Amino acid sequence: MTESTLGMPTVVANDVHIHYKTFASGKAAQNSRNLLRRQRGVRVVKAVRGVSFVAREGESIGVIGHNGSGKSTLMRAIAGLQAPAKGTIYASSRPALLGVNAALLGELSGQKNVILGSLALGHSMAEAEETYKDIVDFSGLGEFIDMPMKTYSSGMSARLRFSIAVSRDHRILLVDEALAVGDKEFRAKSEARIRELREQAGTVFLVSHSMGSIRDTCNRVLWIDHGELKMDGPPEDVIEAYKAHG
Amino acid sequence: MTTIDYEAIAREAGLERVGARPPLGSYLVSVWRRRAFIYTMARYRLQASVEENRLGLGWIVLKPILNALLYGFIFAVIMPSDTRPDNFIPFLVAGVFVFEYFSKALGMGARAIVGEASLVRSLNFPRMLLPVALITRHAIEMVPMMVVLGIILVVTGEPITFWWLMSIPVLVVMTAFNLGVALTVARLTVHVRDISQLIPLITRLFFYASGIFYSLELVLADQPSWMLRLAQLNPVHDFISLIRGYMVSGNPVNSFMWTVAIVSAVLMLAFGTWFFWRAEERYGHD
Repeated sequence: MTESTLGMPTVVANDVHIHYKTFASGKAAQNSRNLLRRQRGVRVVKAVRGVSFVAREGESIGVIGHNGSGKSTLMRAIAGLQAPAKGTIYASSRPALLGVNAALLGELSGQKNVILGSLALGHSMAEAEETYKDIVDFSGLGEFIDMPMKTYSSGMSARLRFSIAVSRDHRILLVDEALAVGDKEFRAKSEARIRELREQAGTVFLVSHSMGSIRDTCNRVLWIDHGELKMDGPPEDVIEAYKAHG
Repeated sequence: MTTIDYEAIAREAGLERVGARPPLGSYLVSVWRRRAFIYTMARYRLQASVEENRLGLGWIVLKPILNALLYGFIFAVIMPSDTRPDNFIPFLVAGVFVFEYFSKALGMGARAIVGEASLVRSLNFPRMLLPVALITRHAIEMVPMMVVLGIILVVTGEPITFWWLMSIPVLVVMTAFNLGVALTVARLTVHVRDISQLIPLITRLFFYASGIFYSLELVLADQPSWMLRLAQLNPVHDFISLIRGYMVSGNPVNSFMWTVAIVSAVLMLAFGTWFFWRAEERYGHD
């Protein structure tokens, strides 16, 4: 294990397996005659297969792996949005996942979406109004904040989403692919904010394909490969092994 | 390989299992705490959808009026029958409006969770908020509908009386019943999607069984009395009868209707709350 004797454990995953059902066709479909016991064409995908780790206070953990390796599924399970089929995840507080997107409405102005997003993350109305200014300032959207969100470029809406999500001092924050967007300046600001959260004794999980972001913000990396934890260690070592693997 | 006792680490640090279903009491408290989120979202969504329709909110009252017009045309003009009371139009309109309240709870309640998959999959909040928000919206929509009903009753010659105010407690009891129904079907459709295909059929069954365009009392007058009793055990019929009883002349109210209405509402709400909460960990997981 790495030099993780520093902080108290915040997230513990014990032999986590996650399966989900999908409707498949063709060869993948397994027909069952019993209508009541199984639906036709349902196939169980084993997305995560036996992942265990202990995350501690002050750790910022990069999660890397190929597309479809189960990174996002694992994050969703840590956030309590997906129940593990086997194994258990423990956490010190309810982990926040950057999932504001689902609550936001394109027809409405950025302004209203900031309030809505804050409420979606569990703020009270008073807190949402209090953090409103910080969020708008952080996003750097300026006068665009009055425009309907559907007129935003993808980079702009991603910036707004990220700003809403990191506005609160989460004890455990899960960030999924959010840093890949935005311009250089915004990216630097985002990375600084993640370091800040980490220093406030929080734990940050960062899923990204950008090895640069991970190197700059994380002090530990988990490499997930085909649903299994392939490597767990300091960023330099894991990224090197990951790159060598191809 | 050294084996690490993860359970022990979690226990020592006092960590809690993620996604564990809280006890019913604290669950209901958390529903109450997050009400601002779901209320604001419902309001903003309404605003966003209103911009697309020219008549906007007008459709809330226009739809039942058009429905009532259609039924009035079919049942009073094309197929007149002696199983209908004399003041048929107010009788019919009151029935259609109150039935609409029930059918919306059933139909949209079935989609409360499965229709919000993206929200349920990406955000943490007590899922009970979704059906609760739905019923709250319907309850608010009921206010302009009752005003329109009042206007229609006056136009068709019904006298305004203080008894009209009794429709408020009737609708409060009916709202509790509707919430219980919505909570129940919201969970059922999560387990078995096919149920949403059956909902229109069930709605129609209730529509014909609840005496909306005919009077159950008149139709079953020549039959043994137990048949009428059985028909009156349908709470939807009793909600409609109570509203008619207080607002449309010639429709007496009896205590049996109130008993069925209140008992069914309490049972339905208690069952729905418990039933929905039991599956809290399952929503959005497949």
